[in-house]
Amino acid sequence: MTLTLTPLDYSILLIYFLFVIGIGWFLRKSVSSSSDFLTSGHALPLWITSLAFLAANMGALEMIGMCGSGAKYGMMTCHFYWVGAIPAMLFVGVFMMPFYYGSKARSVPEYLKLRYDEKTRGFNALTFAVMTILTSGISMYALGKLLNLILGWSFTYSVIASAAIVLAYTYLGGLSSAIYNEVLQFFLIVAGFSPLAILAVRKAGGWAGISARLGPTMTQSWRHMAHSSDNPMGVEIVGLFMGLGFVLSFGYWCTNYLVVQRAMAARSMTDARNTPIVGSFPKMLIPFVVIIPGIAAAALATVGSGTYSIPVKAVTGGPDYDMVLFSLIQKFYSPGMLGVGLTALVASFMSGMAGNVSAFNTVWTYDIYQSYIRKDAPDSHYLMVGRMATIFGVVLSIGAAFLATKFNNMMDYLQLIFGFVNAPLFATFLLGMFWKRATGHAAFTGLLSGTTAAAATYGLTIAEGKGGFLGVMHTFPSSMAQNFWVAIAAFTVCLVVTVVISLMTTAKPLSELGGLVYGVNPVKIEPSVWWKRPEVLACVAAVACIALNFVFF
Amino acid sequence: MLDLRKPAGFFFLLLGLLLAGAGVLNSGYSAPLLDVNLNLYFGIFCICFGGVFLWLSRKA
Repeated sequence: MTLTLTPLDYSILLIYFLFVIGIGWFLRKSVSSSSDFLTSGHALPLWITSLAFLAANMGALEMIGMCGSGAKYGMMTCHFYWVGAIPAMLFVGVFMMPFYYGSKARSVPEYLKLRYDEKTRGFNALTFAVMTILTSGISMYALGKLLNLILGWSFTYSVIASAAIVLAYTYLGGLSSAIYNEVLQFFLIVAGFSPLAILAVRKAGGWAGISARLGPTMTQSWRHMAHSSDNPMGVEIVGLFMGLGFVLSFGYWCTNYLVVQRAMAARSMTDARNTPIVGSFPKMLIPFVVIIPGIAAAALATVGSGTYSIPVKAVTGGPDYDMVLFSLIQKFYSPGMLGVGLTALVASFMSGMAGNVSAFNTVWTYDIYQSYIRKDAPDSHYLMVGRMATIFGVVLSIGAAFLATKFNNMMDYLQLIFGFVNAPLFATFLLGMFWKRATGHAAFTGLLSGTTAAAATYGLTIAEGKGGFLGVMHTFPSSMAQNFWVAIAAFTVCLVVTVVISLMTTAKPLSELGGLVYGVNPVKIEPSVWWKRPEVLACVAAVACIALNFVFF
Repeated sequence: MLDLRKPAGFFFLLLGLLLAGAGVLNSGYSAPLLDVNLNLYFGIFCICFGGVFLWLSRKA
């Protein structure tokens, strides 16, 4: 499949690049300290932090993958948002943000140091730094491969050009610039893909037409979840709730510094708490922009007479769901809108890349460099190190992108390892924030045990040919179900080991836990009018999310 | 600090003018399953969207 761009499409892409670099250029004047560069000086308004909270997660791989999953699994894909994101976003806003923001920690690993000890922080900082670079590199690799495949552009030039633009604006304006551009990218992504959803659904005969063509398993989200064999996803309700809805989503939204950093950049405690909660409102509507077009594509594919067909893989001849989004763009977007769609896609790649680089430079500067290499340097030195880390991070990401060309299954392994590390981390935070008896030795041992348990569960089970390198004790109907249960095992082992070892070791005195643990010298929260209170907004968001689930039950 | 509504407003205004202009001048731009002048309609939407942003940034 190839798309041909006109000068109009190139103009739109060029204007977008000029604007994102221009934003970085204007913001450079507001950077005078390492805090300004790495944490935005805690000065950003709520509407910006909440949209950036979303956009940092809206990488192009998600847009492409969710559209493809919509075509493959139907409305059940919405569980990734309505079960796998909203509850965790509300939880982090209401319960966890007071500890992150109130503790004055500059990063999530630094909170671990304050709450537990140096080794727990070091473990988290190192794994996070490596993961962000690899994720950013793989995102670049996917962008380069995609532009090469659909536009015939050079892989090398695509990767280097996109990296150079991200580097330009993050180097100039730091975190503020990354966040501002993420918000612009958010609007562009939503505006760029919304017409596609409307046109595809309209062409497929509206929702009634789609329902008639595809049947209930593709258009209902809950009715076929009783058993894994009843639905195309191969997942049953316990695995969905515990694996996706609890361990994986809470592990990601509540502990991943990439997203938490956006909330910590807010100008007040109330705004920091409201960041994920306000962000949950647009988040619950994102499926209508990214998943519904995929479902409409599946419906259009049943029309016949050459109207539309799901793209097929050249090698196997099976459906290529990753290309569904491009096939829809090709069918529905004329020159001009084609440029908007492509720019939205490039924006989503850059959004993910900039998010990773800006989180990496903070963790590198504060949690690795300042902690282990040079402790007591003037602030200007850390500002310089932060800027150098931005360059270093982008160069390493480019290296990771080229490394990915040598290992075509690197993305699968990275996601797996990410799951191994993130799932137990939520248990560590949960105990750290809500149980004052949890100790540093226990947290560190729990994290290692949880990660080992994840690897062991994966090694002893198999799904779609994946896993089973230690022997096959169980076969899962889908790799998604396997991932959910691997996460559940990692979380449970980390939780149990941390509790047991905590009871065997000496806890920190209460005087060192003020503002870090629930109920110990709680942080003062500034008063606000009732409709701005996080608890009230979270209740409204929860009701709206439940209502959406019922509409598509 | 820079008010993001200004650059965002200008971006969408410019994008809207380009698309609406293309929609008016070249309504023959087409795609296999497209049966409306999408450039024109989306361009008008972008002009309004960008205009709202700029108006809000003036009020602040």
